[in-house]
Amino acid sequence: MTLSGATIWGIILALAAGTFLLRFSFLGLMGDRPLPGWARRLLKFTPVAVFPAIVAPLVVYPEATGGAPDPARAAAAVVALALAVTLRSVLAALAGGAATLYLMLWLTG
Amino acid sequence: MPASTAKSHFLAGVTQGLPFVFVIAPFGALFGVVGTEAGLDIAQVMAFTVLVIAGAAQFTAVQLMTENAPVILILAAALMVNLRMAMYSAALVPYLGAAPLWQRALVAYLNVDQCYACSAARFEARPDMSVRERVAFFMGVAAPIAPLWYTATWVGATLGATVPDAWALDFALPITFIAMLGPLLRSLPHVAAALVSALVALLLRGLPPGIGLMIAALCALAVGAATEIWLERRA
Repeated sequence: MTLSGATIWGIILALAAGTFLLRFSFLGLMGDRPLPGWARRLLKFTPVAVFPAIVAPLVVYPEATGGAPDPARAAAAVVALALAVTLRSVLAALAGGAATLYLMLWLTG
Repeated sequence: MPASTAKSHFLAGVTQGLPFVFVIAPFGALFGVVGTEAGLDIAQVMAFTVLVIAGAAQFTAVQLMTENAPVILILAAALMVNLRMAMYSAALVPYLGAAPLWQRALVAYLNVDQCYACSAARFEARPDMSVRERVAFFMGVAAPIAPLWYTATWVGATLGATVPDAWALDFALPITFIAMLGPLLRSLPHVAAALVSALVALLLRGLPPGIGLMIAALCALAVGAATEIWLERRA
């Protein structure tokens, strides 16, 4: 990371303020007015719209191998996703993904 | 209103919040490790965790910071991850809107996914709760979660610098996001949005850091909403 200390602090404080304002928004300022239907519809999808876009490039072109496809990391991602979807458990997905990654690194390493 | 009932509601909240300890502790520790590995010092890692107190947004910001994305895109992406918090805020208004301002501000600060989910379910199931009892319950859920989140991050950040490369911690962040994604894929529109998000991000990988992410996320939002509308019309 090439960001300066001051920039990093600026990012942290801006995120803190922005996140608090999002959480405070309706409860603190807007009273009892409901969100318009189209806004509710879009807001519902924000996490599923953002997370895959972060993850997909990291899985397909891992930084640790300089962007070359890596069977260990691909397998870990597949196992984590399968566990996350079937068990709906964040913890099981984390554990299964990590176990697969280490097992594959040990087998291929 | 006797203090004892507020206390019993607080304790009921603690009981509901405690199981999340098993998710919050590893997740917080992971942020400490990932943040330190990315080059943040311990004060910056702790400021993230205490002031922002939103794991997914913190991981998003740190990932884009390591990619040296423009500051405006780092903020936009992380806040977009947090847009759902505005929805939580709106959903709590009927239950907590009458609480004093300082209590509403405290609830807002602590309104993480787990606190919201537990409280919304409880308030809906028990319409006879008073505003004071609801606030007590909410604070009860947050009581084990928030301090543990801070502590776990601190432990992770302290250990972070000593973790060897062989642990392949570069991949902790992708696995964390995948784990968070699973429970969110609860309907066809959610799955469609997630697929579009991943595909567009891969296609636009050549663009400067952060830009592909924003375009992919906006496409995915549109596809999610459109799929939902299409399903409703068909039904």
